Amino acid sequence: MRHIISLLMENEPGALSRVVGLFSQRNYNIESLTVAATEDPTVSRLTLTTQGKPEVIEQITKNLNKLIEVVKLVNLSESEHIERELLLIKVKATGAQRSEVKRTVDIFRGQIVDVTPNLYIVQLSGSTSKVDNFIATIGSMSTIVEVVRTGVTGISRADKVLSI
Amino acid sequence: MELLSGAEMVVRFLRDEGVKYVYGYPGGALLHLYDALFKEKELTHILVRHEQAATHMADGYARATGKAGVVFVTSGPGATNAITGIATAFMDSIPMVVISGQVTSSLIGSDAFQEVDMVGISRPIVKHSFMVRHASEIPEIMRKAFYIAESGRPGPVVIDIPKDTCNPAEKFEYTFPEKVKLRSYNPVQRGHSGQIRKAVELLLSAKRPIICSGGGVILGHAAAQLTELARRLKLPVSNTLMGLGGYPGSDKQFIGMPGMHGSYTANMVMHHSDVILAVGMRFDDRVTNDISKFCPNAKIIHIDIDPASISKTIRADIPIVGPVDNVLTEMIAVVNELSKEANEKALIDWWKQIDEWRSKGLFPYDKENETIIKPEFVIDTLYEVTKDRDTYVTSDVGQHQMFAAQHYLFDKPNRWINSGGLGTMGFGFPAAMGIKLNFPDADVACVTGEGSIQMNIQELSTCLQYDLPVKVICLNNGVLGMVRQWQDMQYNSRYSHSYMTSLPDFKKLVESYGHVGIGVEKATDLKDAMQEAFAMKDRLVFMDIKTDASEHVYPMQIRDGSMRDMWLSKTERT
Repeated sequence: MRHIISLLMENEPGALSRVVGLFSQRNYNIESLTVAATEDPTVSRLTLTTQGKPEVIEQITKNLNKLIEVVKLVNLSESEHIERELLLIKVKATGAQRSEVKRTVDIFRGQIVDVTPNLYIVQLSGSTSKVDNFIATIGSMSTIVEVVRTGVTGISRADKVLSI
Repeated sequence: MELLSGAEMVVRFLRDEGVKYVYGYPGGALLHLYDALFKEKELTHILVRHEQAATHMADGYARATGKAGVVFVTSGPGATNAITGIATAFMDSIPMVVISGQVTSSLIGSDAFQEVDMVGISRPIVKHSFMVRHASEIPEIMRKAFYIAESGRPGPVVIDIPKDTCNPAEKFEYTFPEKVKLRSYNPVQRGHSGQIRKAVELLLSAKRPIICSGGGVILGHAAAQLTELARRLKLPVSNTLMGLGGYPGSDKQFIGMPGMHGSYTANMVMHHSDVILAVGMRFDDRVTNDISKFCPNAKIIHIDIDPASISKTIRADIPIVGPVDNVLTEMIAVVNELSKEANEKALIDWWKQIDEWRSKGLFPYDKENETIIKPEFVIDTLYEVTKDRDTYVTSDVGQHQMFAAQHYLFDKPNRWINSGGLGTMGFGFPAAMGIKLNFPDADVACVTGEGSIQMNIQELSTCLQYDLPVKVICLNNGVLGMVRQWQDMQYNSRYSHSYMTSLPDFKKLVESYGHVGIGVEKATDLKDAMQEAFAMKDRLVFMDIKTDASEHVYPMQIRDGSMRDMWLSKTERT
């Protein structure tokens, strides 16, 4: 099963390498990773997705918690949460294709953010499955030139908060 | 407030922290620091001959005292030579602070002379590491380093110091930081009382209980509490390799070490138990054998300060995260409060069964052989000669290590010093030196082999310089014993590179350093020779003892089996 682990860590040089190093060193895999400073500049928020059996996820969270720079951690997938990925995709769009691509982008509530005579760049955000769906759909009607995805970021719903 | 340079701050901090010895080797990136050390009188620097030995010396001291050992190494090769010793400390959770020189900040990343990314290269084998960015950070970083190294589950911490941050011309205000602020690091102070109660109730209802205690009992200063609980509940106790001395080895409730070379009794008891109280041990693969066949009927209570050690390989039924001394104290209190006795009738049957297993002897060998010296006999003799003295025994890695662990009966914690996790050959001798330096009145014996000793034999020179009269007990069988044993058992006696040709004459070698060498070739000469060696209190004595190369360490668990699947001799198996 896929898990989304979200953590707050000290915004210090080397902290990220410790988190990433932990995964390779213990033979775990990171599927996606997003990281940036928060409203508190001393703290970074990192969201990563990984696959594994419950025992493996337990070890991953325990070992992440052991890192001195990791302040707090939550497994977002254990409770209700909102998750998003941002997609930027460059597709061929010529002739009749142009309106067809535009219609599909509208259906998925994406935006065309750059236009040339032959190409569109589309921006889309949503869950991983929505982004996957969109890429499959657009790929069936047009040629995909380039795909850029941020990986998942997420936040718990309602009152549940990850903060210091 | 005093004004000090970065280098002076490092030295002053160590003095203020109460450190007496640092072990190290100078080099370009560290010269400001060594210059500051030159003027310091209260802190003694021990110049080793190889940085690996510096880390093992610091490690030996730390294992005997529980306090962090301190190491100075220069950038590049100095730092990389220290890596084996840092990894050794990491695997056995030993507190250590390694200060590594780094090239000047402006050169970092330019592949400068003697540059290596020490923080990066050591990352997987440290509890934490720091890179100093400005001299003014040094006191706080060092305070944090000692705190992190010594608290919670201990471990090594690296502080990488670029040369310019030690510039003697730039001085900053220095105060010793009394308090540490680390919002992200708060080791648990006590175990969960509900879990502790559940654990006690399970133990009291057990029919075939056992305590298996590990290095955490030694590191957590919990030997007294462990002993009290075990005696109160009349439980059999097995100490792991790292836990030897946690419960007295000569006591009748002690049933030997468990695992790959554990006693027949301990492994049988583990396999047939219904409740295992695992204290400060981490179910290493050298203990468990195949985890899918591990102790099929046992419920497991696991006490450990490190939550990540619990249910890592063996699922715990009652996990208790906390310092072992506190948790065991609480357990004793609950036992007293419940004023219930253990399952008396079942325990009588259980002990009857245990004694039947034990009647085979814990670690039998051919004691009558007088033609050739059996390695077990060397350890038995060492025990006879030293058991009434205050003795520390260090070991290297291999057959001699297992024989020492099996045959020397440790009654006190912190007296058995060996590299259990990483299995580092070359560890025993420098570790013994670190202990002897700090406990000059105690006897320190390094049990080694002719293979292991040659991995750090250059330290004979350091022993001469600082007058460190350790006793080296070298079981010289002319082969890499443990490698050969596996080659015998699993590779049809194809001895691929497991023999040592061109061995030095160790006696002459040590004499060339001004030490004493004693050669022993006959079993009948051994005891007198050993007494002679230990009578020479002020001299390093190297005993070169010719032992039987064909001897194997038994019992030996059969690969991919359960705890009870063992070879008991070359021909007999369970």
